[in-house]
Amino acid sequence: MPAVLEADGVEASYGWIRVLHGVGFAVEDHGITTILGANGAGKTTTLRAVCGMVKTSGTIRFAGQRIDGKSPEDIVRLGIAHVPEGRGTFVNLTVEENLKLGAYTRRDRAQIAQDFDRVYGYFPVLGQRRTQVAATLSGGEQQMLAVARALMLRPKLLLLDEPSLGLAPMVVREIFRIVRAINQEQGVSVLLVEQNASTALELADHAYLLETGRVVMSGPAETLRKDEGIRRSYLGY
Amino acid sequence: MDTFFQQVISGLATGGIYGSLALALVMIYQATDVVNYAQGEMAMFSTYLAWTMINAGLPYWVAFFATLVLAFVGGVVIERVVIRPVENAPVLTIVMVCIGLLVILRSIAGWIYSYIQKPFPSPFPQKPLQLGALILGAHDVGAIGVTLVVLVFLYVFFRYTPLGLAMRAAAQNPVSSRLVGIRVGWMLALGWGLAALVGAVGGMMVAPIVFLDPNMMAGILIYAFASATLGGFNSPGGAVVGGFIVGVVENLVGTYVKFIGTELKLTVALAMILIVLVVRPSGLFGRVAVHRV
Repeated sequence: MPAVLEADGVEASYGWIRVLHGVGFAVEDHGITTILGANGAGKTTTLRAVCGMVKTSGTIRFAGQRIDGKSPEDIVRLGIAHVPEGRGTFVNLTVEENLKLGAYTRRDRAQIAQDFDRVYGYFPVLGQRRTQVAATLSGGEQQMLAVARALMLRPKLLLLDEPSLGLAPMVVREIFRIVRAINQEQGVSVLLVEQNASTALELADHAYLLETGRVVMSGPAETLRKDEGIRRSYLGY
Repeated sequence: MDTFFQQVISGLATGGIYGSLALALVMIYQATDVVNYAQGEMAMFSTYLAWTMINAGLPYWVAFFATLVLAFVGGVVIERVVIRPVENAPVLTIVMVCIGLLVILRSIAGWIYSYIQKPFPSPFPQKPLQLGALILGAHDVGAIGVTLVVLVFLYVFFRYTPLGLAMRAAAQNPVSSRLVGIRVGWMLALGWGLAALVGAVGGMMVAPIVFLDPNMMAGILIYAFASATLGGFNSPGGAVVGGFIVGVVENLVGTYVKFIGTELKLTVALAMILIVLVVRPSGLFGRVAVHRV
């Protein structure tokens, strides 16, 4: 399978503190790839590097094209949607307005209308709360809204930053089920960053393990799940 | 009773002007958390531009709309050139920049046009309107109308257009806005442009009442602050309603409370600011801002 996203030797710092020390990974086209790691391993920074929110060195290619050094606004226009840590909801806007913003860079009105139906199909609860202000949604609903907003871009690649954070296991399962459906039905490639290793490894086909800014292990999700060290440190049994 | 209604109407007229300026303040405050102290001077300068065009022989409404365009462009340019470099600086720095802008605009206006008061024409007839026993100034009624048109235009723009939505989003959540592809910096610049445009309308409507001079907005900006405080600094609609209330109260107090008269009217505005801040700091329609720390 060809890679839709390839990162090589990516370094990133916040002020004097270097967070990524030459991270490299690839996301297969139409695949689901996960990056696992503990708090502070650099998972979120890796996603931020991809979407241009932190300064980086090294190369990042999307569909063969260099995207490192581009601004987030330009990277979105290439078809990379980012569901940020903490969901990034526009809390004072309605559900529908949040979704409209997801399609902000698109000009194909007819298809945007279709995508509203599609998204409300995946997340019926958002359809019911269409005119509600997003602040009134529950945490799980806001996470759904964040994923739905990203889908409104009709992305080629979806970046998900800890979608399970702070949600009940049932809700997490529901969201992951929908992510899989989106991946299979729409052919959207997914890069998922997670602390919740067991759920992420069930969903993904390929996985990377990040420790203090370095990739320490990678391979098919199946292999990582069976790995003794991973099981003890990250799966907890 | 007639005096009462006449005072209410002329209060609504000036109130609408306070409201426009208050709205301009609130638009910028919501987007950047900064009160633009130069808002009044930007409006004053725009009004001088209108005066120049009218004096050069352009018909009033041509000059009016040309001024709106120039004010808008001017607002965008000021944001890009003066505010942008200090965007991430502490609030106090930006406040200082705004005050600097105020002084500069006032001095440039004084340098070009002198400090002598100039009459500014009203587009509305001289003849008062007669409604039964009620005699209303045509400019008062016209100014109310113009203000309402501007408000409806802004409401429709922010509520129903994609660009309006993007500007609201950028004001609320800049990070998420960038992630959906909104060019936040430009949205802020457009916000300054629109605020300058709204202020220019206020300037051109108030100039026939107070006459045109480089200091004409000093008092009016205080009324605008009172309006925005009363309505709530995070509520655009509230700022406008606040403007109308301040205008009417100012006029009625000036008419019926003998010792205040016209000289102490401005004190009423300051008293209102003080009372609102003590009794209900978020204003009538504002929400209490909760910051996560």
